[in-house]
Amino acid sequence: MSTTRDIHVPEFLAGDEFSIPTYRVLNQEGTLYEGAEEPPLERELARRIYQAMITTRVLDERMMAAQRQGRLSFYMQCTGEEAAVIGASAALDDADMIMAQYREQGALVYRGFTIDEFMNQLFGNELDYGKGRQMPIHYGSRKLHYMTISSPLATQIPQATGYAYGQKLAGDGLCTTVFFGEGAASEGDFHAALNMAAVHEVPVIFFCRNNGYAISTPAIEQFAADGVAPRAFGYRMHVIRVDGNDILAVYRATQEARRIAVEHNKPVLIEAMTYRLAAHSSSDDPSGYRSRKEEEAWREKDPILRMKRWMIDKGWWDEEEEKTLQEQLRREVLETLKQAEKRPPPPLDSLVTDVYAEVTPGLQHQLDALKAHIRRYPDAYPKGARSLDPEVSRTDDANDKGES
Amino acid sequence: MPTMNMLQAINNALDIAMAEDERVLCFGEDVGGFGGVFRATSHLQERYGKTRCFNTPLVEQGIIGFANGLAAQGSVPVAEIQFADYIFPAFDQIVNETAKFRYRSGDLFNVGGLTIRAPYGGGISGGHYHSQSPEAYFAHTPGLKIVVPRNPYEAKGLLLAAIREPDPVLFFEPKRLYRASTGEVPEEDYQLPLGEAEVTKEGTDVTLVGWGAQMEVIDKAVELAEKEGISCEVIDLRTILPWDEDTVAESVLKTGRLVVTHEAPRTGGFAGEIAAAIQDRCFLYLESPIMRVTGLDTPFPLTLEKEYLPDHLKVFEAVRASVNY
Repeated sequence: MSTTRDIHVPEFLAGDEFSIPTYRVLNQEGTLYEGAEEPPLERELARRIYQAMITTRVLDERMMAAQRQGRLSFYMQCTGEEAAVIGASAALDDADMIMAQYREQGALVYRGFTIDEFMNQLFGNELDYGKGRQMPIHYGSRKLHYMTISSPLATQIPQATGYAYGQKLAGDGLCTTVFFGEGAASEGDFHAALNMAAVHEVPVIFFCRNNGYAISTPAIEQFAADGVAPRAFGYRMHVIRVDGNDILAVYRATQEARRIAVEHNKPVLIEAMTYRLAAHSSSDDPSGYRSRKEEEAWREKDPILRMKRWMIDKGWWDEEEEKTLQEQLRREVLETLKQAEKRPPPPLDSLVTDVYAEVTPGLQHQLDALKAHIRRYPDAYPKGARSLDPEVSRTDDANDKGES
Repeated sequence: MPTMNMLQAINNALDIAMAEDERVLCFGEDVGGFGGVFRATSHLQERYGKTRCFNTPLVEQGIIGFANGLAAQGSVPVAEIQFADYIFPAFDQIVNETAKFRYRSGDLFNVGGLTIRAPYGGGISGGHYHSQSPEAYFAHTPGLKIVVPRNPYEAKGLLLAAIREPDPVLFFEPKRLYRASTGEVPEEDYQLPLGEAEVTKEGTDVTLVGWGAQMEVIDKAVELAEKEGISCEVIDLRTILPWDEDTVAESVLKTGRLVVTHEAPRTGGFAGEIAAAIQDRCFLYLESPIMRVTGLDTPFPLTLEKEYLPDHLKVFEAVRASVNY
């Protein structure tokens, strides 16, 4: 409970009393700001982080190109936000739950999701864990503690509060980190989640990627306040704003946030200031709403370039190594892509499984009717037909399966 | 066997579920120390502590979002929405999240542990926002189960089944019957099956189908009809989704006539679904059009509540019309 002082003339507060600074450690030259302290980050961990950033960048560029070639229905890049997402993930325990919005594939890369696993989801083939049911980039991994993505914005934020409440009761010393953009923070679910987390003392880290835009809407049309961070005061929650392109600041801040969350069961809000360097998605063209000049200015603040300079300076990385890694990744992505796009679709029966724990009689009936229909018109439903009777299927299964 | 009213039966079911499994949690607005505005969660906080039975801030989308996360984590949340009328702020969490959690993740994650309890229905001078019956909105959502009990015995057995069900369940409680309906309820643990309708009375001339508080109305209408020599078969649907088509169809194949009744408005109400499915399965056996006795297509009124509601006289008239067609 807060204690308030009395006043006897009407004095209004305008909110400007709260000025939230930005925590920065590493400047764009890859050296430390004066007075900044380098977080304890071992060589091997730094390399794991950096390699995950490069992998994410290469994957994004290749897959956006694949989408442009019409090989993929949809794609979204993490470009420009790799340090924010991967820096935060590196500061967590690998068993902590991550609930993401959709621009956090870097977290999965960091935790070891393979290129093959990415591809299977993107192509919705028979090896996709999600059984081809969701749009591309809606990844999920139980073994990597990465909750399956859904499109409705901000719905995962109160879910993270609930998940973390369960972790607190389980007493396993784990927490949940939930990622969302500054646009999603305008949803009612954001308010619900932060308030409940503060009231119920839940070990959850709310990680906001403030990248300046929600599709075409600039942050200035998203909120009148100084970003998302000041809202934490209204919930009596710990908060920090960090330079989201600064891997060391993000890593250190998240490490500290995790300590507060797990040791004291207190939620923390982190606002990472960054920039969405790419288009919102493959269905978007940012030239209609922002200037090339603005984009160029941010390109110079590239988070990967900044970390690379720091790594090279420490003698932990060199250009040769980078060239080799990039070439190897490009090859791997392309080869894996070719295999994934040829893999068969999920079986027809998967249309009705997992709606409920058991297929209901009504659903079974609908599936049976559908099968009868497809047998009648197999050419009209090539994906469904191939998992029915082999003689009905026109596609050359043996040929296709050979490469999977 | 002790006599309980519906609230006591529900409270007893929650008590049993919490005692048996420490992962079961009850929460919602005023659910904690106060025990709920209807007292359905009385004494649970005393018995199981504030971490397992607690008040939430007043935010329905938060309650269900929180519950979804808890269920995904492996807990067994029983979330209360104070009135079914106020479930709509959580509609997105229920329809887009709860219902699709297992399917969209390919069964990597699920919220099967979740049960959402909400008092529903009219007859208590509740006006627009303390009277609604929103089951049909949710019946259009694959992935949910929807259960409505008609009396204390059913309430306890169905709620225990709902809590232990591997799928998320919306459990709508007829608040008009909370204290009005009493009956013998075993003290021990028992479950009633979900997805199964119950023939509560056998008959040969006409089938009547309803659920929840409307079953009492049907019983009164049947008394009037039987005095006129009309033999009625009565079915409590109990589970709205997925509903027991076979039991209803079997009955209509026998009687040749069907009257469906619910408090909710007619257009888009669940009676429409039942009527369509039954005419499909029983077309050659139907001797009269399927009748629907429902609320009007208006918001739920205050002063003219009695006129609005599909009471026993309206149901009785529909039965007569069906038989005399």
